[in-house]
Amino acid sequence: MAELFGRSDGCAHGRGGSMHLLDVGRGFYGGWGIVAGQLPVATGLALALVRQDRSQAVVCELGDGAVNMGAWHESLNLAALWHLPIVFLIVNNEYGMGTSVARASAEPELWRRASAHRMHGERVDGDDLDAVVEASTRLLQGARREGRPAVLEAVTYRYRGHSVADAGLAYRTREEIKARQEIDPIVRVRRQLREAGIDDSELEAVDSRADERVRAAVEFADASPEPDVARLAAGMYAPGSAEQFERMRPGSPFGEEALTFDAGLGA
Amino acid sequence: MSATVTAPTGTEVMTYREALRLAMREELARDERVFIMGEEVGLFEGSYKVTAGLLDEFGPDRVRDTPISEEGFVGAGVGAAMLGERPIVEIMTINFLLVAMDQVINHAAKVGAMFGGEVRCPLVIRTPNGAGNQLTAQHSQSFEGWFASTPGLKVVAPANPADAKGLLKAAVRDEDPVLVIENLPLYKQKGEVPLDPEHVTPIGRAQVVREGSDITLVAHSYAVTRSLEVAEQLGEEGISAEVVDLRSLRPLDVETVAASVARTNHALCVEEGWPSYGVTAEIAARIGKACFDDLDAPVERVGMAEVPLPYAKNLELAAMPGAKRIAAAARSVLNR
Repeated sequence: MAELFGRSDGCAHGRGGSMHLLDVGRGFYGGWGIVAGQLPVATGLALALVRQDRSQAVVCELGDGAVNMGAWHESLNLAALWHLPIVFLIVNNEYGMGTSVARASAEPELWRRASAHRMHGERVDGDDLDAVVEASTRLLQGARREGRPAVLEAVTYRYRGHSVADAGLAYRTREEIKARQEIDPIVRVRRQLREAGIDDSELEAVDSRADERVRAAVEFADASPEPDVARLAAGMYAPGSAEQFERMRPGSPFGEEALTFDAGLGA
Repeated sequence: MSATVTAPTGTEVMTYREALRLAMREELARDERVFIMGEEVGLFEGSYKVTAGLLDEFGPDRVRDTPISEEGFVGAGVGAAMLGERPIVEIMTINFLLVAMDQVINHAAKVGAMFGGEVRCPLVIRTPNGAGNQLTAQHSQSFEGWFASTPGLKVVAPANPADAKGLLKAAVRDEDPVLVIENLPLYKQKGEVPLDPEHVTPIGRAQVVREGSDITLVAHSYAVTRSLEVAEQLGEEGISAEVVDLRSLRPLDVETVAASVARTNHALCVEEGWPSYGVTAEIAARIGKACFDDLDAPVERVGMAEVPLPYAKNLELAAMPGAKRIAAAARSVLNR
């Protein structure tokens, strides 16, 4: 939350914002902002896992819009060729911005593209919690234990527009959105739990715990200071790099010395 | 067009976005070879609504939605242009054009010279640069200097609605690949736009957009807006600043810049991108050589702080070439 607020205690110290969240401690190597740009990077993370003999696997999330980029095919080929421990998880919410899958992909069953690389692919109802857990667990085991990369396509839906500038109604109907909201995974899990005998007060307690966590996160973010402008360039280069740049100062563009050389470069 | 229809004359106030749309509507109507392709240009009416209404008017063959696959459809634009079509390819922002860099630099830019002039590539690529909406490092860049450093490409960067229309039309009618650099903050800027469908802004001609006698501010794209604001401020301090809008980066109108600096004897180059190896680096070098005897002070330049643009608003504002930094740079050139 502090990152969304652009504060110094955010996970990227206010540098990344909503598009570039990360949590290295938990093995989350970043949100990236260029469609499909993360795919080769994730492939490289999987390559490093193999080289380091680690029994982990990479889950690489992408949207339905990313599968028509060259980077998708190149990444799948490398992963299959090198038997890398990676599962490409396509979150197919049926629209890449305002373009439906059918209008963007000549093969709209996106999981089938894995077969072009002799890689396992399958589709799952992304709004069915149990089905997603089962499929992802199984595919990740295959990736970890046998070096078998896979494509898992989870079909779901986006209720809102692509961004604040998109009301989300120019390319679909309100009825379509409403029908999908009725099979929302949270709604479904709630129904399942109720059928399993969990009573409403317990479910409400879960809701209020979630609300409380969000409230606490907002409070934490509000209390966190803005990043220090005097450290504008912090993190850009590895520590020790300032020395390499110190002879670049003469003739700098106006303000550049303060803005980068003195503002945390290499520190 | 029927001889009985009188072409509109005069000007009308419209936004930069509307001016671009009008240019495309006129060119689509004028020449059947012209077609538009890009992400969300049709049904969604453009990410920034530049192409709004054109799908309805011209149909899906001429206003063609593409998948997210920039390398593919930019390259398809190159091939179609080689066979005599006049594609206008929209790239959502210049950041995403990097995905298609190989097609632009290694293919489009090479067609004319590499094949000895046997075939041409009349391709237009339109894309906005710019920053300032907390879109962070991967969505806030201004790379036009990279493209302008490539022989074989033409690069224009309109700074007002009239030139948005005029330069886009000139680009469509040009025989070579032209990159039209639009700008996110400028899309909503309003101005007088010539209505004559035959009016074009010539490529390779800069314009003095504000006359002054003490210092020349040289800028393009949104930096022109910033420079004009700063020039007003400086005026209140008794400094008379001239502003040159480059309009075209390759070819570059050094003559107009040099003539201005010869009058003011001081030059400050302003850009939204990073100055190192950038547009201002090129302009400063040319002024340094062309105006060596005219200069009373070293040429100065201002641009984006040389960091990937951070998300936090206070950091973003500090990094951008704001009026305060431009004005301070102008004063330092004049030793005031």
